[in-house]
Amino acid sequence: MLFTLAFRNILRNRRRSAMTRMAIAVGTIALLVFGAFQGYLFDSFHTNVVQRSGHLTVYRTGYFLFGEGNPSAYGIERYKKVLALIGDDPVLRPLIYVLTPTLSLMGIAGNFSGENDAAKTFIADAVIPSDRDRMRRWNAFGAGRVYPPDTNLDDNDPMRGFVGLGLARILGLCRSLAIANCPPPPAIHREAPGVASEDFSNLRAEVAAAVTPNAAGKPRLDLLAATETGAPNVVSFFVNDAEPQPIRELDDNYVVMHLTLGQQLIYGRGEPRVTGIVLQLRRSSDIGPARNRLQALFDQHGLELEVRDFAELNPFYTQTLNFFRSIFLFIAAIMGVIVLFTVVNTMTMTIMERTNEIGTTRAMGVRRGGIRRQFLVEGCMLGVIGASIGLVIAFLVAIGVNQAGLTWVPPANISAIPLRLSLLAQPALIVGTWVGLILVATLAALIPANRAARLQIVDALRHV
Amino acid sequence: MAKEPLVRLDRVRKVYSVGAVEVVALRGISLEIPAQRFSMVVGPSGSGKTTLLNLVGCIDVPSSGMVEVCGQDIAALHDDAVSEFRARNISFVFQGFNLIPVLTAYENVEYPLLLSRMRAGERRQRTLAMLEAVGLANQQRQRPNELSGGQKQRVAVARALVKEPQLVLADEPTANLDSHTGASIIELMRRMQQDLRTSFIFSTHDPQLISHAEEIFTIRDGELVEHSSRNGF
Repeated sequence: MLFTLAFRNILRNRRRSAMTRMAIAVGTIALLVFGAFQGYLFDSFHTNVVQRSGHLTVYRTGYFLFGEGNPSAYGIERYKKVLALIGDDPVLRPLIYVLTPTLSLMGIAGNFSGENDAAKTFIADAVIPSDRDRMRRWNAFGAGRVYPPDTNLDDNDPMRGFVGLGLARILGLCRSLAIANCPPPPAIHREAPGVASEDFSNLRAEVAAAVTPNAAGKPRLDLLAATETGAPNVVSFFVNDAEPQPIRELDDNYVVMHLTLGQQLIYGRGEPRVTGIVLQLRRSSDIGPARNRLQALFDQHGLELEVRDFAELNPFYTQTLNFFRSIFLFIAAIMGVIVLFTVVNTMTMTIMERTNEIGTTRAMGVRRGGIRRQFLVEGCMLGVIGASIGLVIAFLVAIGVNQAGLTWVPPANISAIPLRLSLLAQPALIVGTWVGLILVATLAALIPANRAARLQIVDALRHV
Repeated sequence: MAKEPLVRLDRVRKVYSVGAVEVVALRGISLEIPAQRFSMVVGPSGSGKTTLLNLVGCIDVPSSGMVEVCGQDIAALHDDAVSEFRARNISFVFQGFNLIPVLTAYENVEYPLLLSRMRAGERRQRTLAMLEAVGLANQQRQRPNELSGGQKQRVAVARALVKEPQLVLADEPTANLDSHTGASIIELMRRMQQDLRTSFIFSTHDPQLISHAEEIFTIRDGELVEHSSRNGF
């Protein structure tokens, strides 16, 4: 009878009940749609970061905090043995999708082709191209873009690589790389050549004559860096293409090259090393066990190596997640307050209209607790109906958006990816939102329900 | 041996505060109402009839004095116990019927039995019997807004009697009915009272109703001015 009464009572003033249910439904839709979008954003962002930097990176101890200043000094010695140690470990082997060495370096890149004499500092990642291609296919959540093999790098051509679009522009590579929307540098006034200048102009002509593009006609850069011992070293690097990078500073400085070329530049004829060993796992949930196992292995073999996960290497990742989480909490708080006030208002009006009825049922022997329970059930029922309607509509919205073929460019991405709402993949969001709003509606009914329960019977019976 | 009275009031005073003004509704009334009788509290408007019924019905508390109903000193009970006591022993028939509008006639009559947690089968049997007794067996599925005033009051009478209470309190039960319907309701209540041996206490100034009284308590300005008894009709 309690539920029959509650259900019929909430249909008593149809318009008011409908408005209340609508407010709860809108709250549910807003939270579920944004939550679903956030879920997809997190998954696609996670995928993007893992595709670029793997899940875990092994460094020589101290590199993470101090190595940026002198990467070559923090190279991992006998890294192939370390790779074998990790790759052959029976615990780690089934967890690993890609295991690959990388070398981070920096130096000065120069274009002295005569077209535009220019030099610019650079930062570079030296990688094994096929491993990098495999890493870019990781898509455990189905939420990211799966990249085709990158033709800018080739396992069999260590001289080939690519640069950031900004660096290509600065070094005057726009024309030779045939990059659209890349302005050529403005003409610079030069002084009339004197005797000394004439000597240099001859030198420039000699250098230009020596600078030749590779077989594919791609321009060449000279990369200058300090070796491990501090001596300068230069290698030639053929720029296959320029790719825009998501951050301006990176775009203006970034070079990606073959690991072999990077090692030639930094270690010359010495023992080649790497600054990091990247592990891309099959599942992100294995990060903890894999990290613990790595550390145990290193301790067991007395290796001075440390392990960092992708969140530590990409603070932007955690910051973005926290940013969206705070937006979600903000929306949830607003929706909660709207539902709270709507239900309080509705229940207050209901109680005013039913004061006489409250007096009658109390006179018949219903306890104060019974009256309180009656209105709490009505608030809860409003919440259940409203949240359920919202849930159904949110699912329809998700289906509509997922089938609309929309795309968007997430943070730290340079290309658009499909815009999807991962609602079904988030049962906790669905249950949490549904239960949460029902709880808010029930709690909102508590204040007027208490007021109703406290009514004096004779006063209630006198109420017209 | 004299029968125990069903209701006993001893020097009951009731004072209402209306803002800073105190209104004395009952001025130390003492009376005893015998059980299984058709009793009337009569008096002009504002004499304190409704206040007296409210105190007897345990829905109000006296400012001073003692109210004893069915042998129970009501002041000794806490709020929930008073509710329980009402649910078991006391029913009301209101001037404005006070049916629950979202429930059908059947559900309105059944409602007091739900409070006593009666088994479903027995509940149904008693509800149908009571609707039959008040002549509304065919209207059991109708809601109050689909019933006439007389039918509503019949439902209210059925609701009051279905739990077989010791005491039924009726505050001006015929005031909202035409004289013909009022007479039929009085006849119904009189018949039910005799069948069920229940005690009825009315507050009224309807002469038609007063003519059926076995006990008449006349109050004026919050004081009992007369008590008369009649044996049968």
